[in-house]
Amino acid sequence: MFAAILLFAAVVGVLLFIAGRFGGKRDRVVAYLYLAPVVLMLSVGLLYPGVRTIYESFFNAAGDAFIGIDNYKTIFTDSEQLVVLRNTAFWVLLTPFAATGVGMLYAILVDKAKGEAFAKALIFLPMSISFVAASVIWKFMYEYRPDQGNVKQIGLVNQIIVWLGGKPVQLLIDSPLNTFLLIAVMIWIQAGFAMTVLSAAIKAIPDDIIEAARLDGVGPWGMFRFVTLPAIRPAVIVVITTIAIGTLKVFDIVQTMTGGRFNTSVIANEFYSQSFRSANQGLGAALAVVLFVLVIPIVVYNIRQLRRSEA
Amino acid sequence: MFGQRGSSRSRVALAGALSVGLAFSLTACGGDSDSEGGSTDTQAASIDCAPYKAFGDLTGKTVTIYTGIVTPEDTPHKESYKPFEQCTGVTVKYEGDKAFETQILVRAKAGNPPDVAFVPQPGLLQQLVATGKAVEAPAETAANVDKWFGEDWKSYGTVDNKFYAAPLGANVKSLVWYSPKEFEEAGYTVPTTLDQLKTLTDKMVTDGKKPWCAGISSGEATGWPLTDWMEDFMLRTGGPETYDKWVKHEIPFNGPEATAALDAVGAYLKNDQYVNGGLGDVKSIASTTFQDAGLPILDGQCSLHRQASFYAANFPKETNIAKDGDIYAFYLPGKDETSKPVLGGGEFVLAFADRPEVKAFQTYLSSDVWANAKAKLSSGWVSANKGLDPNNLKNPIDQLSATILLDPNATFRFDASDLMPAAVGSNAFWKQTTAWIASGQDTKTTLDNIEKAWPQ
Repeated sequence: MFAAILLFAAVVGVLLFIAGRFGGKRDRVVAYLYLAPVVLMLSVGLLYPGVRTIYESFFNAAGDAFIGIDNYKTIFTDSEQLVVLRNTAFWVLLTPFAATGVGMLYAILVDKAKGEAFAKALIFLPMSISFVAASVIWKFMYEYRPDQGNVKQIGLVNQIIVWLGGKPVQLLIDSPLNTFLLIAVMIWIQAGFAMTVLSAAIKAIPDDIIEAARLDGVGPWGMFRFVTLPAIRPAVIVVITTIAIGTLKVFDIVQTMTGGRFNTSVIANEFYSQSFRSANQGLGAALAVVLFVLVIPIVVYNIRQLRRSEA
Repeated sequence: MFGQRGSSRSRVALAGALSVGLAFSLTACGGDSDSEGGSTDTQAASIDCAPYKAFGDLTGKTVTIYTGIVTPEDTPHKESYKPFEQCTGVTVKYEGDKAFETQILVRAKAGNPPDVAFVPQPGLLQQLVATGKAVEAPAETAANVDKWFGEDWKSYGTVDNKFYAAPLGANVKSLVWYSPKEFEEAGYTVPTTLDQLKTLTDKMVTDGKKPWCAGISSGEATGWPLTDWMEDFMLRTGGPETYDKWVKHEIPFNGPEATAALDAVGAYLKNDQYVNGGLGDVKSIASTTFQDAGLPILDGQCSLHRQASFYAANFPKETNIAKDGDIYAFYLPGKDETSKPVLGGGEFVLAFADRPEVKAFQTYLSSDVWANAKAKLSSGWVSANKGLDPNNLKNPIDQLSATILLDPNATFRFDASDLMPAAVGSNAFWKQTTAWIASGQDTKTTLDNIEKAWPQ
């Protein structure tokens, strides 16, 4: 660690020294000089591995024979891989909208209410918990104990089911229900993020506009539909796309709670499992590429929206 | 209309987006590794350095170990190296990591392997040798293995007729845990054939019990206890020769032999009358962690639990594990009393460097001196080393395991899933048997799917 800091200082020092030797008009040279380390590090740390992954995705499990697009064929035809794609679709379609919806509703409800700070802290708290810890917590929530003799439930969800007169259910076993229960964990974590950003956006709406709408006799629903939502639209888009990107990459929750068993695997988890567990380097690389391709449109859309609102 | 103030709002949003991005990347880098060396000086006076003279003076040298053996099992390991460290002057740096099995290949491929790795699967061992980074075992180690271990154990550490890795520890998987107290009170006797096991199970049902308890959940590795069940029955219903062919894929994974074996397991684990005592229905086997699965025996909610010798560590500390105590185990019987197939596993010492101190350490670990030193220090550990004196083992289960391993009539076979290619042994086999129990998938579909996963 210390060595890394020293190295960093040394590099910056050399750069400053070289930059200092160029006088006034050579701005361009100086700019390139400053860019050089970034470009170098991006090439070594991002570009090369990226290209290399794409290259490897055309090879077999051991990485020693070219097999063309067979790995991609497997992803889109093999029944097990299709379940992985289906689950990923569930995650990406559900999580961003649900988390944003919950966050927005909460932000509007607590806006200017009594004890707003406390209420916000409550929903923001899950944000500060790591994905793995959150998964462990929810694993206990879903925990199952049999309906036998003096055995007591230790999971909250099953305890509620029992209180309501039902029989305890093995929540994490039944597919596709288990995938939705995992998604609930992600929503629980992300709602706080959505709430924070959206609440800030709501607070930024000028009071005079709200006042004017009120004088025009707009009801609560109309206020949301015609005033709040259009005003916070850019923030909503950023929130949704950010959560969507995070959701596409979801790994920790699946890995910790089910390890991808019982038909709950998603692309990121399957990539890990194929690359390191199954020693299928080619298929693992192909899955990583698919994930990469899926993220691109969201990132592009996100950037374009940002640009437009900045303009 | 309200777009004018968009820029400041989206800046807030961007800041939020950046911070969540940071949160994502932070969650990705967990898991720190323990790299504490075991080099504190203790009881220097009581160590007899004579057996270590041959290694010569290696003062100031270091050997690094990388292994999946973590707390609390790593303590006796580190302790057992002390005589070697003190007499030769070598420092042994121990690094235990739960993610060993996935990380060691990455490290080997990246050219950053440890000096020595303890590899628990011969299949993984072959993959590691294939990276070209592993080195053959020195002649002294090979001589030790010839002297102290059986032919079969040597063959697990051999790749392409070259001997690489000496066995380290071993475990016995063909055990059934039970309560000696319950057996005495109810008048049950320990079965010595498979038929007797079945009769005993039925008798327990008649007595109003749910005899068996089982659990296969183990995170990403969920399913492995079930593969052990199947392998144990493959050895018993098919015989050792069929088992060997099945492991090497000389007969298909979904042939009649394997079908018979899995169905034999199903006769126990998929029978609502037999399972899952104290834990739920058949499906609950899939959601019960393997650590918890045998505990209902203590409350009298189940009577039988098939699991390896290392399961002893999962009972609470105050449990009396003994022949006449709360908990003990019996050998999962063969078809008849004369055949004695034993399923087991173990670790192997693979080196990635051939410096003198590494060679000396490998030779030390393969000796009877180390096996006995280790036996005195640990509980829940055995070795197939013939020089191991069972009296040095403190734990009754370890003694039982050693007796089974060293029994000349026993036919030992290594855990099949550890010998098969990773795509089968640590993926399809686990996944499909899990589906077999969790969603009631039939035997044929299960075995067909595993066969399909076998690398072409």
